Amino acid sequence: MEKKELICIGCPMGCPITVTLDNGAIVEVTGNTCPRGKSYAEKEVTNPTRIVTSTVRVEGGERPLVSVKTKEDVPKDKIFACMEEINAAVAKAPIKIGDVILENVAGTGIPVVATKADAAC
Amino acid sequence: MKTYDIVIVGGGPAGLAAAASAKKAGIDSILILERDKELGGILNQCIHNGFGLHTFKEELTGPEYAGRFIDVVKELGIEYLLNTMVMDISGDKIVTAMNRTDGMFQVQAKAVILAMGCRERSRGALNIPGYRPAGIFSAGTAQRLVNMEGYMPGREVVILGSGDIGLIMARRMTLEGAKVKVVAELMPYSGGLKRNIVQCLNDYGIPLKLSHTVVDIRGKERLEGITLAQVDEKGKPIPGTEEDYTCDTLLLSVGLIPENELSRGMGVEMDSVTSGPVVNESLETSIPGVFACGNVLHVHDLVDYVSEEAGRAGVNAAKFVKGELSEGGKDIPLIATSGARYTVPRHINVDKMDDLLTVRFRVGAVFKDSYISVYYNDERIMHRKKQVMAPGEMEEIILQKEKLAAYPDLQSITVKIESE
Repeated sequence: MEKKELICIGCPMGCPITVTLDNGAIVEVTGNTCPRGKSYAEKEVTNPTRIVTSTVRVEGGERPLVSVKTKEDVPKDKIFACMEEINAAVAKAPIKIGDVILENVAGTGIPVVATKADAAC
Repeated sequence: MKTYDIVIVGGGPAGLAAAASAKKAGIDSILILERDKELGGILNQCIHNGFGLHTFKEELTGPEYAGRFIDVVKELGIEYLLNTMVMDISGDKIVTAMNRTDGMFQVQAKAVILAMGCRERSRGALNIPGYRPAGIFSAGTAQRLVNMEGYMPGREVVILGSGDIGLIMARRMTLEGAKVKVVAELMPYSGGLKRNIVQCLNDYGIPLKLSHTVVDIRGKERLEGITLAQVDEKGKPIPGTEEDYTCDTLLLSVGLIPENELSRGMGVEMDSVTSGPVVNESLETSIPGVFACGNVLHVHDLVDYVSEEAGRAGVNAAKFVKGELSEGGKDIPLIATSGARYTVPRHINVDKMDDLLTVRFRVGAVFKDSYISVYYNDERIMHRKKQVMAPGEMEEIILQKEKLAAYPDLQSITVKIESE
């Protein structure tokens, strides 16, 4: 039996959660005070994911950069692969919030979208 | 002189929410004065996600969260001026401001909403010994440089202070290729949100050293390194615990201070704990018709609470303009003690309050399995258990008008933290 200690991030409470695993299968989740804690812990030990937020260079815009995010969570171990592609990308103004900057970042199938508008200048 | 019903100082999350709610409450003559070149305030540089879980039930980035409120303000046709710095507000609500187009100008307001936000504590406030080389930034300055201007402040980073901006910048600098060697925190606990410690430090293997501080700074032109030392329970460095780190960048995330020069200038009564104005149940300061909301009032943990609070300030300013903010009635003080550091508001008038009133406060230390207790005079009327309370997170209690009005001879309301 393996035990993993986590801090729940579902709310400011930050419950300390212990997940007991048997050959990778979840046996028990303790320490959570609500169902969200349980599902967070289950996901975190089996398939941890994150939204990646960064900036992309802009051509012809009012500002040098536009802020972006992965539209959905990407696998945690793909974060730096996403960053490489985000850093190589260039967006062309005008840009609206939600515009797709990269269609499929780091082979995740998930697009990178703008989180800020930039009018052309 | 031009006259407006409501002048709002600051076009960040507080000013935007206040403006929208005042307009919806029936006030057409509103002016927002913003010193930056765009609306949105600090949210424009907070490109990370996690905003709006309470308000929109989804995780937005800072610019997206601001964007929603900016859209509302524009749809409502609320007037605003950018690149405009407010220089002074007089006690009779004449606002003096300047910008490049209009020069210096004055407007007369019937009501004023203070929404100037806060700014970061600087190195000067910490008395760190050592040289003064380039490479020492407040975390928020670095955030603006990286996220808005496109500059990396450095490659080898040490962060002092574990406030949320410091934690967020630890991740951000790491993602952009810098090596963040350590985050040092003077206190025995972090001032940041749990999710930020997990997702910004633990995810990237960045060590958090609690009860540690910077005791030396090296480098004449450019920062070359710093020395960390452990501190005792009084915050004094313990000899023999010094550790040297080479770094070209030191980020300071050591607290936020409400920016109240204008408030002080107009003679508003200030709260020495929050460094913000003292306000009543209507978020009205000691000057009638002058309201405060957001981080200028007290530093918030979540922007959702800023928007909610600012919305109330907007509604109350609208009531004031329309003469609906009744006068009279008795002010009852709220007393924060035994672990509760302050309350906002600090006094309430039961006649003027809504049916439910949210009172927000922070605790002064980490409390586990403790109770938030509320006393009317000497009688405990509320006793709620919390598993964890920490200074980095705001707490709240909700007061009911019905119960307060029914309480005989109410002289004071006390909020305290109790172990049982």
